[in-house]
Amino acid sequence: MGKLITIYVDNKPYQVEEGQTIMSALDKIGYHIPRLCYHPKLSIEGACRVCIVEVEGMKNYVASCAYPISDGMRIKTNTTELRRARRDIVELILDNHPEDCHTCERDGICELQRLAYAMGIRNRHFSGEKKQYEKDLSSVSVIRVPNKCVLCGRCVRVCSEMQNVFNLTYAYRGFKTVVSTAFDLPLSESVCSTCGQCVNVCPTAAFLEKNYTQELFEKLQDKSLIKIVQFAPSVRAAIGEAFGFPPGTSKEKETVAALRKLGFDYVFDTQFGADLTIMEEASELLERLKNNGKLPMITSCSAAWMKFVEQFYPEFLDNISTCKSPMSMLGAMIKTYFAQKMNIDPKKILSVAVMCCTAKKYEAARPELLIEGMPAVDIVITTRELAWMIKSAGIDFVNIEPEEFDEPLGISSGGGAIFGATGGVMESAIRTAYELYTGEPLMEIEINEIRGFKGIKEGIIDFGDFKINVVVAHGLGNASIILERVKREPNKYHFIEIMGCPGGCIGGGGQPYAGENAIPLDEELLKKRAEALYGIDRKKTIRRAHNNPAIRRLYKEFLEKPLSEKAHKLLHTHYSPKLPVGIIPKELTLR
Amino acid sequence: MEQSILTEKEKLNLLKEYLEQFKDIPRAESNLIMILHKIQDIYGYLDIKALEEVGNILRIPTSHIWGVATFYRHFKLRKPGKHIISVCLGTACYIKGANEIFLTLKDELKIGKLGVSEDGFFSLEEARCLGACSLAPVIMIDGKIYGNLTTKNVLQIIKEIRKKEEKKQ
Repeated sequence: MGKLITIYVDNKPYQVEEGQTIMSALDKIGYHIPRLCYHPKLSIEGACRVCIVEVEGMKNYVASCAYPISDGMRIKTNTTELRRARRDIVELILDNHPEDCHTCERDGICELQRLAYAMGIRNRHFSGEKKQYEKDLSSVSVIRVPNKCVLCGRCVRVCSEMQNVFNLTYAYRGFKTVVSTAFDLPLSESVCSTCGQCVNVCPTAAFLEKNYTQELFEKLQDKSLIKIVQFAPSVRAAIGEAFGFPPGTSKEKETVAALRKLGFDYVFDTQFGADLTIMEEASELLERLKNNGKLPMITSCSAAWMKFVEQFYPEFLDNISTCKSPMSMLGAMIKTYFAQKMNIDPKKILSVAVMCCTAKKYEAARPELLIEGMPAVDIVITTRELAWMIKSAGIDFVNIEPEEFDEPLGISSGGGAIFGATGGVMESAIRTAYELYTGEPLMEIEINEIRGFKGIKEGIIDFGDFKINVVVAHGLGNASIILERVKREPNKYHFIEIMGCPGGCIGGGGQPYAGENAIPLDEELLKKRAEALYGIDRKKTIRRAHNNPAIRRLYKEFLEKPLSEKAHKLLHTHYSPKLPVGIIPKELTLR
Repeated sequence: MEQSILTEKEKLNLLKEYLEQFKDIPRAESNLIMILHKIQDIYGYLDIKALEEVGNILRIPTSHIWGVATFYRHFKLRKPGKHIISVCLGTACYIKGANEIFLTLKDELKIGKLGVSEDGFFSLEEARCLGACSLAPVIMIDGKIYGNLTTKNVLQIIKEIRKKEEKKQ
């Protein structure tokens, strides 16, 4: 702990630690200065000037997010002039912002709207020139609406500081400043990983997921189709937030019930797909270890990570597990195994996935993942889109009677549930690989060294006659730090888990927006979502993927055994380098 | 000045040679502005291929390069048109309706965001006083001053330039 110094806030003395900004000191003693561009996980921009305070002896108001405290400093936070100045600043930010709140996707869940309310803007005194940009609808995952942008720069910072993708920049200047990609390329032709973190941190609707809800509503009316849906572990851990439940409330069976009410014939669980992924991936790991295969093996479940590796680190493509993601594996099983079993023409199946992720939209459209010419998943919607559909359809999610998943592709182990939190894939894979190799069940199945929210987590797993070194990273920035490390020391690790988003899928780009008292990417919120998944795992009697009876039946009736020829055809794939080539700058920092 | 006698390959080699000095120094991106000037010297504008090369060689994300390149008016982001039109927006010309002339030309020549006409034939630039205020409003095309303009006769001048070009071909 640093030295304590005294500051006076509105004439009251407080002891605070030195070496911090005014905002961070005030946050700890019961104040919350209004703010917009500030984000605790990102560098300080000082762009919006909303967080001004008065400091005695200073000619002008200072931005509290950027100004350091000093001993004896006298700060005023709440004078009439100050409140008026903050209100004027927000009003000027609104000045060239479209006035279309009721038709905006973020109506009611917009930080700018909340800020305008809190500042007491009841009249618009200024009305200036509006920005006129075309929407960028090129990407299948993320769309860009520059007219809504207030230039807070959070997207630019999250993309470069947290994700190391560096796709976004401020281009041009003055009134013409716009957040853009290199050479103003459309997102679909850029290095965008489609992770959707820009959507998460945007205070307005300048970044959004590509919305497929209308198309889905229409298809749900089509009587000739068999409508099948799956949803990801992290969806159940977060969807409640969109209906006012506190973060960390698991809404698994309620989601099943709501999906049936929306018109789906079968509701399956992506956790079954996760169990299947583990069977294949654990077998692949053992195979690589035994037969001197390419190591370290790196997980391939995260769709944003896969696009990132193709553009930024194509030299590691042979290290990537050939396993498809749980969503794509389950999609493949729905259109083959399940269709056969039920005697349905797979062309008549509408395969839908509800994901915590914007990148899964990109994954579903990948030609590498077609099953006999058909996409394994036809439509992907995010947690946010599903929450909206439930509201729009008039379903009472708050009081809904819980329902069970359909069999057989709705049965899952606890190992499938924890996939959504960083470290979960690794943990689940080890539970299975250990038993496949030693023949004994792993006793300590909760592997604490790879749980939690540290950017990079290392562990050593003892398999009896050998040990394997594992490492887990979440967020693409941390992923690139690990890959740079592997470049220098190729033999350091055997098995690497990488998730594209901070916290893993629970922090995905498709999750509900931060509520009234929360901030996007808040670690406490992510912890609660993770805890919901660990809770589901603990409550399951079956916690290891290979003990899932439906998985066993699937292998007996259809796939024969892990890594069989059929499994290879349906559950594995190969990725290839893509353009434009991504550039990682020389100096990397750990976040 | 554009070194137009050089082939694309020669231009690229010139650039690569120049970039050598920055390869192994820390924070190479702090030399970006100097590098952008060099590209404009070699190519006459900031060629995208050249910017990508800078990114790859010095490991600077291209978005960052684009952010710097678009910030400064000096840098041309597109190959300039064959004919350069400068419209004087100085006080005297402005009062005499230079802005209308600018907008007319912008419309007529279909000038894009980067200041070059759709057909790549004309560049349209703003100028601050060309020193011919008595003729206001004035424009300069390829170094020659045209004065006493209206939104009508300025289009006539453009037509004549186009006619001359057609004859040449």
